[in-house]
Amino acid sequence: MTATSRADTIASLSQRTRAMRGTILEMITAAASGHPGGSLSAIDFIATLFFTRLRHDPKNPTWGDRDRFVLSKGHAVPALYVTLAARGYFDEALLPTLRQLDSPLQGHPVNRFMPACEAPTGSLGQGLSVAQGMALAGRMDRKDYTTYCMMGDGEIQEGQVWEALMSAAKFGLDNLVAIVDWNGGQIDGSIAEVMPSLEPVVQKFTAFGWDVREINGHDFGEILDAIAWSDSRNGKPKCIVARTVKGKGVSFVEHPTKYHGAALTQEELGRALAELKESK
Amino acid sequence: MSTSVKPVATRQAFGEALAAVGADHPDVVALDADLSKSTKSELFGKKFPERFFQMGIAEQNMIGVAAGLALSGKIAFCCSFACFLAGRFETIKISVAYAGARVRLVGTHAGVGIGEDGYSQMGLEDIALMRTLPEMVVLQPSDDVETHAMIRWLVTDCKQPAYLRLTRQNLRRLHPEGWVYQPGKLDVLREGTDVAIIASGGPVMNAMDAAIALEAEGLSVAVANLSSIKPIDHEGLCALAGKVKLIVTVEDHNVMGGMGSAVAEVIAEMRANHARVYRHGVLDVFGESGTPESLYAKHRLDSAGIAAVVREQIA
Repeated sequence: MTATSRADTIASLSQRTRAMRGTILEMITAAASGHPGGSLSAIDFIATLFFTRLRHDPKNPTWGDRDRFVLSKGHAVPALYVTLAARGYFDEALLPTLRQLDSPLQGHPVNRFMPACEAPTGSLGQGLSVAQGMALAGRMDRKDYTTYCMMGDGEIQEGQVWEALMSAAKFGLDNLVAIVDWNGGQIDGSIAEVMPSLEPVVQKFTAFGWDVREINGHDFGEILDAIAWSDSRNGKPKCIVARTVKGKGVSFVEHPTKYHGAALTQEELGRALAELKESK
Repeated sequence: MSTSVKPVATRQAFGEALAAVGADHPDVVALDADLSKSTKSELFGKKFPERFFQMGIAEQNMIGVAAGLALSGKIAFCCSFACFLAGRFETIKISVAYAGARVRLVGTHAGVGIGEDGYSQMGLEDIALMRTLPEMVVLQPSDDVETHAMIRWLVTDCKQPAYLRLTRQNLRRLHPEGWVYQPGKLDVLREGTDVAIIASGGPVMNAMDAAIALEAEGLSVAVANLSSIKPIDHEGLCALAGKVKLIVTVEDHNVMGGMGSAVAEVIAEMRANHARVYRHGVLDVFGESGTPESLYAKHRLDSAGIAAVVREQIA
């Protein structure tokens, strides 16, 4: 990537994600339920992956050679839906049906209704194992796709995640990339309050046999560099710890717990959209 | 009925069948969680090491990895003791069943028939759990012939997630060579007009012996092997329930929610007159250590016990 095109890419992502943040909040408010905080912390990474990196075909979501993205922190699915719609997987007119009866846009990702979701997630701790199976299959079939799996920081308190970390290292799955959206909050409090011993997380992942890189998960340059870094086929799975801000992009939503699982009111949504518009 | 063949555990038949079917089906893979010598998945693993994954003592992850493999085109046999798979129910519910992943969960060491290891190693609730999951196929073969047929069907035809429940202990062969497996059908082993014993898994051979003993006492006893617990053969069950006065279900599983419950659910909803159903099995108590034979005697799952239960219930 040339310096100019890289700058253009970053500018374009910055602009896109600002609009996507607004759409995410609108969808959640329309549904009167959902998870704004973790969706806004995750959107920058997800959008960068889908707009600059993934080899995929929105018209053929089950194409065998596609790169896979498993959103294990399934409650952030509005960030995934808004990205899938922007990439042409489905009509954006479907977005306001989030969480409504008979909508394919379930409250958490479901592959049977939306194949691009890859797997049903939202029961935390399961996605990395499923992603690992996809990576193993790719290696068996000599396909060169990459499987990405995004988890939450609260999510990795689940024991299954550490089982998956162990076996992915054993199998040397360098076609598997885990992303931890480390936004520092979970339902009952901050990570520091609920499970302070989760840190130091980089050392833990390293000790489990993974290559780890820590980045600012809202800095598009760092996200692009980390994704490029994760391409290395060196016999080790990769983990990107993306330090993020829960509710990122709207001042009063930026809080470790307040907007974890609470939709904005219409009044709050109006303020949020105005703020996003001004923040150019 | 063939009696000349040496009795064999259905887990052994499974290992041999999988190793055989693997040759023609390169998409078949197997995973185990440090029990491959016991589940007999090692028979496949030794023949196809590049398609066998040793996952260590970490069943949840094994189930999830199997789901990922299945979602990428593999037919994944995911093996452990029945109790350890059932213990990871929520992973099965989401990553396998809801995903629609072509995983074959193979739970060996079913029931009190495992013997000395005691209750913590006995799968006694796995059928109840698995049959609550939409689209999940739940199978329990009664001998090696049926096990071979089921493995082939699970590889070549069945598109849904499936649970296969197998025994540690050896079982006498009940099906003749050349017998044709009919998926989803009640397998009537013996006709009778007074009572029908519907059995599944380990106790089926004992039910056959009980029927012969009861026949000598003047009671005409049918025996049906219910190996497809889900989907269940409504038509076959209703036909049987319309013919006899009493149905006794027999299983090495808690009577709460197991095969007998599945039968009772179908027959209770019949519009036509139907037989009374009595559910026999492990009567909502914990298992314990003992020889398999002594446990089957204590829980009245041996032929004498089953015959006694039928006599009590017909009286």
